Amino acid sequence: MTIVFWILAALTVAGGLAAVTLRNTVHCALAVTAAFAGLALLFLQLDAQFAGFAQILVYIGAVAILVVFAILLTRGSETAEHGVFSRTWLAGLVIAAAVFAVLGWAVLRSADTLSPEAAAPAVAVKDIGNALVTRYVLPLEIVALLLTAAMVGAVIVAMHEKGDTK
Amino acid sequence: MLGEGILKGLAETAKNFAGSFVDKERLTTVEYPEQKLELPEASRNFPFLVYDGPEWQAGLRCVACQICEKECPPKCIYIEKSKDKKPDFVGKLQIYPAKFDIDISVCMSCQICVEVCPFDAIKMDKEYELSTDDRFGGLLLDRQQLAKSNEYYHKIHPTEASEVDGRLAEEKAKAEAKAKAAAAAPPKPAAPAPAAAATPASAAPKAAPAAGSTKTEVPPPAPPKEGEAR
Amino acid sequence: MINTLDQIFVLLKHWIVGLLPGSLGAFVGILLSVAAIVAVFPGLFALTTVLERKGLGRMQNRIGPNRTGPYGILQPVADGIKSLTKEDIVPVSADAAVHFLAPLVLVVVVFMGFSVLPMGRNMQLVDMDAGLLFFFAIGASTELSIFMAGWSSRNKYSLLGAMRAVAQMISYEVPLLMSSVAVVMITGSLSLVKIVEAQNQYTWGLPHWYIFTPWGCAAFVMFAIAATAETNRSPFDLPEGESELVAGYFTEYSGFKFALFFLGEYLGMFSMSGLGTTLFLGGWSAPLAVLNSVPSWIWFFSKVMLSICVLIWLRGTLPRLRQDQLMNFAWKFVLPMTLLNLFVAALWRFMGDGLLRWIVCSAILLGAYVVVGRTEMRRKQYGPRSYRYAE
Repeated sequence: MTIVFWILAALTVAGGLAAVTLRNTVHCALAVTAAFAGLALLFLQLDAQFAGFAQILVYIGAVAILVVFAILLTRGSETAEHGVFSRTWLAGLVIAAAVFAVLGWAVLRSADTLSPEAAAPAVAVKDIGNALVTRYVLPLEIVALLLTAAMVGAVIVAMHEKGDTK
Repeated sequence: MLGEGILKGLAETAKNFAGSFVDKERLTTVEYPEQKLELPEASRNFPFLVYDGPEWQAGLRCVACQICEKECPPKCIYIEKSKDKKPDFVGKLQIYPAKFDIDISVCMSCQICVEVCPFDAIKMDKEYELSTDDRFGGLLLDRQQLAKSNEYYHKIHPTEASEVDGRLAEEKAKAEAKAKAAAAAPPKPAAPAPAAAATPASAAPKAAPAAGSTKTEVPPPAPPKEGEAR
Repeated sequence: MINTLDQIFVLLKHWIVGLLPGSLGAFVGILLSVAAIVAVFPGLFALTTVLERKGLGRMQNRIGPNRTGPYGILQPVADGIKSLTKEDIVPVSADAAVHFLAPLVLVVVVFMGFSVLPMGRNMQLVDMDAGLLFFFAIGASTELSIFMAGWSSRNKYSLLGAMRAVAQMISYEVPLLMSSVAVVMITGSLSLVKIVEAQNQYTWGLPHWYIFTPWGCAAFVMFAIAATAETNRSPFDLPEGESELVAGYFTEYSGFKFALFFLGEYLGMFSMSGLGTTLFLGGWSAPLAVLNSVPSWIWFFSKVMLSICVLIWLRGTLPRLRQDQLMNFAWKFVLPMTLLNLFVAALWRFMGDGLLRWIVCSAILLGAYVVVGRTEMRRKQYGPRSYRYAE
């Protein structure tokens, strides 16, 4: 089990690193996809089927495609001529380290409160569905409304105005 | 109704599918190497040389006049005249082609060589299975490969061949009549025997070009007419 | 005896696994199942190519391939040898790594889809709680490989084909999912095994397949349309439209990589047909109660092959759509109908048994179809084509 974990972790980290260091933007997008896939497999390894499949479906199936489309439709597909690092890489590093520290701190603290021998709860997809439409129905509906509004907005932005010559 | 057209189309293809198993009329495919379509009589592709009689070298009608070589638009014919002479179908001594090559990879099947030939020696063939693994040597046909019998010509273009045969027979008859007349004429102007012996010999070569020249004048208008009629 | 025949592959696997010690046995068991999938479906692919070429030929009043072997049966062998021995060309300006990865990713991902399909009683690689979700998640990743192929070739035709493919697959994934959700709503499970079991019941000797219900029939039609588009089959084969894009996203592929794309396309067809069979045609269950003695896997594979034949039939019949027609059809017709169908499926679920729900559900669906069909037919995109200059 640990071997599988290490392989997946290596894949994810390598994907993430490649995404920020590669020069070709499309390669970066594909590397991000590899990282997404690694993450999804990590979820699956933890027996979180729904999260894993949703990760594949949403991130690989939609977000990665969206990113790739955005790269191709804008002029970002050209290879960067100079280095890929921005001038403010130091600030970025500090911020990333800070975020990592906060996350690590939170994870370590939550580990204290959990007893290590507690069995992982078996969560079926059905339970998630039930929870979504009973206890969390209000947040779900709000999110749905927000997304619909965003979509309508996007359609309006993309639409030609009346009288506007094509 | 939406989707009605799709159903109609599906019915049509289903009919085709089932029908092709039942109805032989539907399957128009000719399975080529095993089955072959009869070519139309007027079809043509590359020229060949006609010979009379059983022996191709003896019977070649071609006299190496090189008209076709000069007329050929893509210049795919190459002829070398022979040094000696041998008798043609009429019996007169003629030059014959020592070399007659046609590069059929260059030939454009225009039939001009056939139309200009005064001796009906070159005709169009129907043979189309010419593929070879040697694209230079294999497609350069020499005179042996080009030589095909008059019977073969009759087989592929029967009407045209009998017309040509009729014309040639007529000419031959005419030439023979002339030769006979020439042979009969000399005794009238009384001459010494050696001279009389010499004249038929000298008259014959003279008569031959004369016959040739009349033929060159007469036939050229004729073939195009035949072509139009066909 | 009948039971043994039905379970023959399962028993065979258990017997082999039983010969081996513990952990190795489990590993070999998985390997055997995978090997079976990897062997069977490419075999079917070979069979389908020759079937398709012969069938299409007959539909066009031709004979089809008949030179290799008796009746042309060995044609796939010849094709295989040809594609294996052909030179593998990678364009100079192509992105070699991505160009190489694209066909691999496609085939691997498509193969993974088979792992959740129940191909017979107890014959599935994994019985996942969220099998359907897994299937769609995997299906969504094929788009990326197609994009990789199109982009890495550095060819405008490839890129155009890839863009078309991705746009089309994203558009039709929505109705595909929506039509399957109706089944999930009725069954109450995402597990494909449970979905088949729910359909494996008989009243008066007739099966409870979902296609025999109003909502199921409508969902099946929508699913078939979306699945055809999802697998880039004619009439939705714009991504590889030969007349305008050479071969679409795999223009720059030759030799075995081309064959892999071809394989991927057909495997996609098989997995989609398998899913359609599982969701709507009762999976491995027999069409009549009396035919239950026939092994279940025979039923599954014959249903899949039947759907493939229908796909071939459609390919032989319909001309290719235009891009705008494709998108209009997806978003303005198929998607609204699937949404309505979800509502109808919910009605069906809560109206209880009886004739009333049959009448109500059929009436809603038929009415919507007629209304939408009429209005769409009157509009330019769907109605008979009018020409500006030709008349």
